[in-house]
This record gives sequence, structure tokens and C-alpha cells, in this order.
Amino acid sequence: MAEEQETAEQIKEEAFKPSSPTSKLNFKDVWTYDDAPQSTANAKIDDQYGHFIDGTFQKPVKGRYLPSINPATEEELSSIAEGTQQDVDKAVKSARKAYTKIWSKIDASERGKYVFRLARLIQERAREFAIIESQDGGKPIRESRDVDIPLAAAHFFYYAGWADKLDYAFPGKNAHSLGVAGQIIPWNFPLLMLAWKVAPALATGNTVVLKPAETTSLTALKFAELCRDAGLPEGVVNIVTGTGQTGSLIVNHEDINKIAFTGSTEVGKIIMKSLAGTDKKYTLELGGKGPNIIFEDAPIDQAVEGIINAIFFNQGHVCCAGSRLLVQEGIANRVIRKLRDRMETLIVGDPLDKNTDIGAVNSEQQYNKINEYLELGVNEGAEMYQSSCTLPEQGYFCRPTLFTNVSQSNRIVREEIFGPVLTIQTFRTAEEGIEKANNTPYGLAGGVWTDKGSKIFKVGSKIRNGVVWANTYNHFDPTSPFGGYKESGKGREGGLQGLYPYVKLEN
Amino acid sequence: MSDRIEVLKTYKTYIGGNFTRTESGRYYKVYDGNDEILANACQCSRKDVRDAVVAARSAVEGWSSRTAYNRGQILYRIAEMLETRKAQFIEELETIGYKNKGAKAEINDSIDRLIYYAGWADKYQQVFGTINPVASSHFNFSMPEPTGVVNIWAPDDQPLLGLISVIAPVIVGGNTCVVLASEQYPLCAISFAEVLNSSDVPEGVVNILTGYREELLEHMTTHMDVNAFFYTDPNIDQDQRKQIDENGALNLKHIIRKPVKNWQEEETQSPYFITEFQETKTTWHPVGY
Repeated sequence: MAEEQETAEQIKEEAFKPSSPTSKLNFKDVWTYDDAPQSTANAKIDDQYGHFIDGTFQKPVKGRYLPSINPATEEELSSIAEGTQQDVDKAVKSARKAYTKIWSKIDASERGKYVFRLARLIQERAREFAIIESQDGGKPIRESRDVDIPLAAAHFFYYAGWADKLDYAFPGKNAHSLGVAGQIIPWNFPLLMLAWKVAPALATGNTVVLKPAETTSLTALKFAELCRDAGLPEGVVNIVTGTGQTGSLIVNHEDINKIAFTGSTEVGKIIMKSLAGTDKKYTLELGGKGPNIIFEDAPIDQAVEGIINAIFFNQGHVCCAGSRLLVQEGIANRVIRKLRDRMETLIVGDPLDKNTDIGAVNSEQQYNKINEYLELGVNEGAEMYQSSCTLPEQGYFCRPTLFTNVSQSNRIVREEIFGPVLTIQTFRTAEEGIEKANNTPYGLAGGVWTDKGSKIFKVGSKIRNGVVWANTYNHFDPTSPFGGYKESGKGREGGLQGLYPYVKLEN
Repeated sequence: MSDRIEVLKTYKTYIGGNFTRTESGRYYKVYDGNDEILANACQCSRKDVRDAVVAARSAVEGWSSRTAYNRGQILYRIAEMLETRKAQFIEELETIGYKNKGAKAEINDSIDRLIYYAGWADKYQQVFGTINPVASSHFNFSMPEPTGVVNIWAPDDQPLLGLISVIAPVIVGGNTCVVLASEQYPLCAISFAEVLNSSDVPEGVVNILTGYREELLEHMTTHMDVNAFFYTDPNIDQDQRKQIDENGALNLKHIIRKPVKNWQEEETQSPYFITEFQETKTTWHPVGY
């Protein structure tokens, strides 16, 4: 028990010693990992991409292109079209035509079969998609290969089956498609977010105009190839690339019936305001500042793994990241020490290396934003701790970071950083933990760690979050609804509940 | 020998379980079907809205923690209390122009509507909750949970049935609410508060204000501690509708608009009115030894 009585000061003063008895494993000097690079030979990226409209790639009307940068090398991978009003008009027109003439008329079961085909095509070309996802967005190949792409395929497979079973989803009502869905997705899980949006939209009989994020458009454009290969009727899926400006053209387009957006709360509010007074249905999947609550009776080693996964998965570019650790006072020092030790073993580097745990920050802009927050945290009086790993010289990389000595009012505790940065607060009673967890305008996801079953359900029911992970974190599944309370969004994606945003119910 | 002078009721507001006058001290006149003055109603202010939201917020924890069975019984109790006061409400509706038959129909429908939603209290979770067969060793389920505090504009017509039809689906799901009564016919809303007050509804669960919609629109839709705004006016002015949506965007309130012309229609009661004020919470739990 002696180790639990250490004061915060002692923890602070002890420099990390890889050889000290408290640091259980020393991977750094004794064990080295050979390079395990994923070959990119099989992944084909064109030099330039147009928009995918009406079943073909089309040059942007104004002829403007944006570079797509590999954030791990800062080299240009390709260039993508910048969508203007004319491009968006063409895409919406194509989607409307496809909706009226074909997609709303074919049998639901046939509609479903097209979506099944898309699922299969993603599976067949999964590795290629994983490589491009890692090159374009900086995420470790281990994650794009094992999480992003398989889950994207699973989403199409899941929703495909719903197409001809909608009568069972809404008791007492008949579900009808809405028309044209405008969908705007973020850069953290590019193909997966596309799947979350496109799969339910198509299964419920809507057609789509999708805009991927400007830093990560390549897998969406590769997906356009799959739509062609699948023989999907022209115009059912249209992809327009560009910046937020292009996104706002979609939001404000008069011939769109539904807007689905995933991104920041700030932009979500702007979108809701833009849609004021219109009949467009909308879903918003926004920011978060997820509390991860560790009780004294938690299995500590598992919890430490869970904390690491909660905040460092995908470089912390996760809206539901467990970015606020709330640890019960009695075990705080032990947890913090174990966290530091575990952080030392994380490999930060080449996203295409199969051993890499943390890849590149998605863009220069995000890299700068994270660094501003690190500086801010220190200026606010927090104690910063970073792992001692060496970072590649090229590219945008960030060390895994902890902040202790923070209070509820610190900006690094209140604002979404969207990077590998964890703040640590303590609590004494469950009530205090719950109150701290809920003291935020966000409400997307949270974790609860305890060995006591009744406590899981009590705490789980009191925290105001759309997703509660009990003794686990950052799991996703197409059957599992996802979405936030409060300022983290509106509506759910995934599961039966994820159909509702794409239908109107009639008696 | 003179005729007995009737004792007239003072109509106040209902906030946090108390009948209080508006803090602003203002009033507006309410007329009967023959343009004769019936009473002075409170012309509530921004401060009244804020006080009511505080009362509603304080009541969320307790009300949402009640068992579904208990909430159902309390809604049933409201119906029982209303049944015993039928005569009073018929008389009140007649003073504002209802014929006796119409007044009877309205009170009967109001009582039946409460029974309808009382019955849903412990069922909508079963119909709309799901167990999700995830492809990993986790037990995963999704349940509806109340969104919190709901601000409501009660319908202007059918001042009793409309009022009950918008309150019941909100509170049966564990939410609390602040309701602005029909502007033209606010009196039976305050009489209904007397029913609530004697029906075991905890204080703060339903708060009823009277006053001018246009004046209170901003305060009811911009309040940052409110989770949803609910209105049903089918003829709402487009500028007002836009303003409601825009104000809602300040804290991403759910803006729920259900245009209803006649609350006696069958489809104006539905479990989908309950789910509009529910959030879905999904819980993951590992499965293993």
C-alpha cells in the first residue's frame, strides 16, 4: 500500500528511468523492432481526381484543384478538384434524377443487393484502401487495416439487409425515403465515415451527394470506382470534393432533403443555423470531451490499456476519445505511473509500418492546433508529461501527452483538442466523478472502469453520453447506434436507430 | 337582501409546484366568448421563464430516476383527478365559447389522452430500445433516456386537450417542462395546474406560464439550460419558425415541430411523440470470465 501513499509531488519529481524497478518493461534499449513496412505497390493513386458525378469522373467547372498531402512525409500524393456552385448543382441534379427515375422505383430487395455488392467490393480491395487511408490521413496501417476498412465494409453489409425490411424497424408506421441526402464527412475516419453515411442512405432509398474532407478525399474517390464496378445506377452516389466552402454549398442547396454532417460542434451550430426555417431533415455528429472514469476497484492494468486506447487511438483524432481521465484519488498515483510507463512503449512514426502505434497528425493545421493547446496547457499551470520517443524529422508527429494538475475550468479540460493529449483529474466519491464527467457542454461518449457490475449500470445511467463503454473503450460496430447528447450532436448513426434519420414516417 | 357576490379566482402561474404571480407584476386581460372580461392573467417575463427553467432543471434528476411504473401511475393519477373535476372544466370551456357537447368531448379526450400515455410509461423502452448483436465479445444495448428540460408552446386552440397532448408525452418519458399556455385561453391551463398539484406530480416537473408568445419566444428558445423546444402551431409565421431554429442552434436544442390542426384526431397521440424527447444511450459491456 505504500506506493499508493505517494504524493503528487513525488511523482512529479521522479524522472522516468527506463531501468528503474517501477518501469516494468524496457522495450526501448533492450528490444528493438525491425522495420515492418507495408508495401504500397498495390495501391494506385491517380495524379489528379475530378468530381464523381452521374457515374463518371468530371473535371471541376472552374478547373481549380487542391493538393492532397501525405502528412507523414509532407509530400503531395495527388490533387483533388475544388467544388464550386456549378459542380454542386450538377451533382445534386444528377442525384435528383437518379432518385426520381431509378432509385425510388426499384424493388427494395434489389436496392439492398447493390449495397451488398459495395460491401463485398470493399472487402476484396480492403488492403489497397487501408494503404491509401494511411498514406492520405496519417493513421497507422494497423488501424486502417484492422479497424477502418473492415468496419466500413461491415456497415454496408449491415444496412444492405435493412433495405427490404424497413417495415419492421418502425412499428405502426410506414417508412419512406426522403430524396437527396447531402453528406459532409470529416478527416479522421474517411472511408468509415463515408460508410456510416452512404450505407443507410442508399438502403433506405435515398441518393447521395457526399463531400469528403479536403485532406482525406482519396478513399472516397476510390470508393467512386467501386460504385462503377458494382454497376450502381449513375447518379445514385455523387462525390464532390473541396473545402468547407463546398460543404456549405451542399448545406444550402435548395434541392437537398437531408443533411448529415460529422465534424466540429462549431461548424455543426453554423449548419443548424443555415438550415433554420427549412424542411431539411438533419443529423449532426459533433465534438466531444469524453470522460473516462476509473474507480478504485477497477482492474488497473486493463484500465491502463483502456485509457491508452481511449486517447491515443488514431492519434487522438477521435470525436469520442476518452480525453478526460477521471481517476479515483486512492489509485491516482499508481495509474499515472503505469500510464507513463505504458506511454514509453508506444511507437510513434511511419503510418505504413505495421508496428506503429501512433501515426502522423492529419494535417499541418491540426498539428499547429494541438501544439497551441500544449502551450496553453502549460501556461494555464498544468504539469505536462510527454513520452521520450524520437519523432521522424519529416511529417507532422506529436508525442503522446499527459496533463496533470488541471482543474475543471482549464481550457485543455473543456475544449476538444483532437490530438493525443490526455488531462487527468481525480475524484473521491462516485457522485463527484459523475458531476465532473457531466460538467461539459459535450455528451458523446464516456468510459466507466470498475469490477462492480451494479456500479457500472448506475454510473453508466448517470453520465450524459450517447455511448458508454464499460471496462472497454473505442469499440464500434454497425449494429451499435452512435451519437451524442447535448452539444455533441443530434440523431444516431448505426444500428436500427441509424435508419430513422433517412426516412419520413407516415401512417 | 342582495344576491351573493361570487368569489372570483385569481389566476397565477405554476412554477416549482407553487402558484406565484409573475415577478414582473404585469397582467393581460382574458375575455370570454362574448368579449366580457373573465380574468387577469399573468404576463410573464424573461425572469419568470428563467425561474421556471431552474425549477424544471432541479426536478429532472428526481423525475427521471422514478421507476417507469411510478411515472405511469402518476400520469394515471392526473387523469383520475381530472375526471373528478370534469364539471369545472366544462364550465370553464363554456365561458370561452365552447358548446356543452364540445366541452364534454374535450375533457373526455383529455382524460383519455392521459391514460394513453400513462400506459406507455413502461413500454416505449421495450419497443424502441434494442439489443445490438455486435461482432465482438460484448453485450451491447441501446435505451431511450430523457433529454432533460423541454420548453413548450401549448397550442392556441383546444386549450385543454392541446395542452395535455403536448405535456403528457414529454413527462411520461422522464423529462420536465416549462409550458407557455394558450395566449388567448390561458385560464384552463392554470386550472389544470391545480390538478397537477394534487396528483403526486413532483414540483418542477410541469411549470406553466401565461403571457405573450412573441415576447417570450426569444427567452424560451435561447435559454442555454434547455434541451428541447416543442411547438405544434400549424400556421406559424415563417420568420418566427426560422428564429426558433436559429436560437436553438445556440446550444443545439432539439427543435420539435409537429403541426397539428385538430388534437381529436387519432394520429395526434403516438409513441413517436415520446421518442422525440428521448436520447439513445448505447452501452458496451465485455463478455468473459
